[in-house]
Amino acid sequence: MTTIVADAHGAHDAHDHHDADHKPAFFQRWFMSTNHKDIGTLYLIFAIIAGIIGGAISGLMRAELAQPGIQYLHTWAMMSDGPDATMDQAYHLWNVLITAHGLIMVFFMVMPAMIGGFGNWFVPIMIGAPDMAFPRMNNISFWLLIPAFALLLGSTFVPGGTGNGAGTGWTVYAPLSTSGSAGPAVDLAILSLHIAGASSILGAVNFITTIFNMRAPGMTLHKMPLFVWSVLVTAFLLLLALPVLAAAITMLLTDRNFGTTFYDAAGGGDPELYQHLFWFFGHPEVYIMILPGFGIVSQIISTFSRKPIFGYLGMAYAMVAIGVVGFVVWAHHMFTTGMSVNVKMYFTAATMVIAVPTGIKIFSWIATMWGGSMTYKTPMVWALGFIFMFTVGGVTGVVLANGGVDDVMHDTYYVVAHFHYVLSLGAVFGLFAGFYYWFPKMSGKMYNEFLGQLHFWVFFIGVNVLFFPMHFLGLSGMPRRYPDYPEAFAYWNAVASHGYEIMAAGMGVFFINLIWSLIAGKKADANPWGEGATTLEWTLSSPPPFHQFETLPQID
Amino acid sequence: MTLAIDPRAELSRKHRKVARFATVAALASLGMGFAAVPLYRMFCQATGYGGTTMRVSADTKTVPVAGKLMSIRFDSNVTPGMPWDFYPEHKTDTVTVGARDMAIFIARNMSDKPITGTATFNVTPEEAGAYFSKIQCFCFTQQTLKPGEEIRMPVLYFVDPKILNDPDAKKIQEITLSYTFYPVEQDAKQR
Repeated sequence: MTTIVADAHGAHDAHDHHDADHKPAFFQRWFMSTNHKDIGTLYLIFAIIAGIIGGAISGLMRAELAQPGIQYLHTWAMMSDGPDATMDQAYHLWNVLITAHGLIMVFFMVMPAMIGGFGNWFVPIMIGAPDMAFPRMNNISFWLLIPAFALLLGSTFVPGGTGNGAGTGWTVYAPLSTSGSAGPAVDLAILSLHIAGASSILGAVNFITTIFNMRAPGMTLHKMPLFVWSVLVTAFLLLLALPVLAAAITMLLTDRNFGTTFYDAAGGGDPELYQHLFWFFGHPEVYIMILPGFGIVSQIISTFSRKPIFGYLGMAYAMVAIGVVGFVVWAHHMFTTGMSVNVKMYFTAATMVIAVPTGIKIFSWIATMWGGSMTYKTPMVWALGFIFMFTVGGVTGVVLANGGVDDVMHDTYYVVAHFHYVLSLGAVFGLFAGFYYWFPKMSGKMYNEFLGQLHFWVFFIGVNVLFFPMHFLGLSGMPRRYPDYPEAFAYWNAVASHGYEIMAAGMGVFFINLIWSLIAGKKADANPWGEGATTLEWTLSSPPPFHQFETLPQID
Repeated sequence: MTLAIDPRAELSRKHRKVARFATVAALASLGMGFAAVPLYRMFCQATGYGGTTMRVSADTKTVPVAGKLMSIRFDSNVTPGMPWDFYPEHKTDTVTVGARDMAIFIARNMSDKPITGTATFNVTPEEAGAYFSKIQCFCFTQQTLKPGEEIRMPVLYFVDPKILNDPDAKKIQEITLSYTFYPVEQDAKQR
């Protein structure tokens, strides 16, 4: 099928003296890197560190929420705001924790891992390109994330209104984020979003150029692996959505510091405008987080069913459709801002339309497995977990899409359960699936199969015990974003907090597996998955040579 | 030497072309983000979205619909730090749908400095915005009050009879008209 001359000692031009596997010195290799695989590795390390921080913050929140009343929050506030911290400062700290958890997980964990990590590592290889189109811009994209993350973490140490830190929620709604948050914390958080956004836009330009211009001979758009398709669609979403966020938060910044009143009714502005702008970005953003997961899962399902993906073109254009329709449904996040029935009706219908291409994907994955010669290796069980979890989250999404139902459900734990099923369980399961699938390729070592399976089952049980009860809490009317609740909600909150403990144990297994495999893992073959793995990365050695495809592969 | 094009230069030219298109798309998106401010205002003025009232000229002909009464409530606010007393002469009024009516608002400058202000406005329920037609309003212009000065400001309006044909709005029996006064530019700096 695919014939490739790509090993390190392959055919070179006579004037090409350097060895393909010649690696630069440590500092040059990792700090001035222009190699897509090294930058991908940096992104993955960054995402793991950010994930530990963001996950630890959710641990703090679940500890406080394990029982009604305030247990630890005041003590933590005294640690952060000084020994005479008031209860109001403690409540502010709660808002800071929620804001930090959301922003870190979205901008510094899922996006860097999905797009920066796996996208950088495998998009060039899968299309048969030697590297990204703009390797130095790739380097800038990564290193912009470091100051962005530092600004966000730094914002928790400076005043942000009632106490230290930005307590606005990841949505940064005005007027809470303007007149409600005096002090530099929110300014730092906004600047952090600006820089992280710039990083992603540069990355998007890079991916679009790479995918359009650098496909190997014969690799037409309609032959590209679905993961590449998913990153291409994601890159367009980033390119068109993030600048709108940049504009919205720039106006927030001038409202805060330069006396403008874009979002202040007492000055001729309108706070609802901010919500429109934010969600015009925010809804495509949730697809930015999940689409690469779709791509990863498609590769894995195909590999471990030993069949080409069912309905390839339908799968590719379903992602395009999700991306396009994702831009015209934003106001379903704002059903309770007082819209007329007709506007609600439009946004309800448009939102439900997205269930059609999403359904095409779910059923095509199932059809791919149907009659396939399936093996249940760790990446496959994670991919199956992804399909199950994402479907559960998708179904609650269809419930919430109804403007009338949302009047009741808005800002309850039902919404929290919904978006954690699609993101924390959907996107994160996609990430782990991809991580186990490509770990042998990236590191050259096999992960431990037993620990991988154990990680899956402990994590799977943990997150379901953690998030499923939130549906019940939301249906009973428990609102989001409070550190305290009436006795009536105590039982399922306690269950959810125990679920967190199980999930955390699962993460412990992951880190043990990671360290064990890097130190003592078996050497991985070029293709450890057998005949089902047909994409180009499996034709290279594990790990791939420092520079691959000096002679471009020819795709039939 | 042949005349063949250097493939590397050709590729980087293609890269720059795609990157340029992508950058233009991103900048256009950024521009749309800022352009949303005037576009959103125009959208609201055209459709009455968010309870934005309509502005009509003085020679608009309206036919009162006998027997269809609408209760109007008046709400008045000033932005924090604006030293004005601002209130409607009557808190409520009852008008016939389609009939012109005038409401009076009174403002007094409580400070010892002259202050220029203008008012932002809307109505609730928001569905009524498209049918609440103002012929004349103090909110269309700026008002300057000398220290201690008090003025009476008229609003000339009518409720468009078309409201009776709108399935979303025809059940409305009471409309609240709200104003918020805020200082304009030269005084805004003193805030």
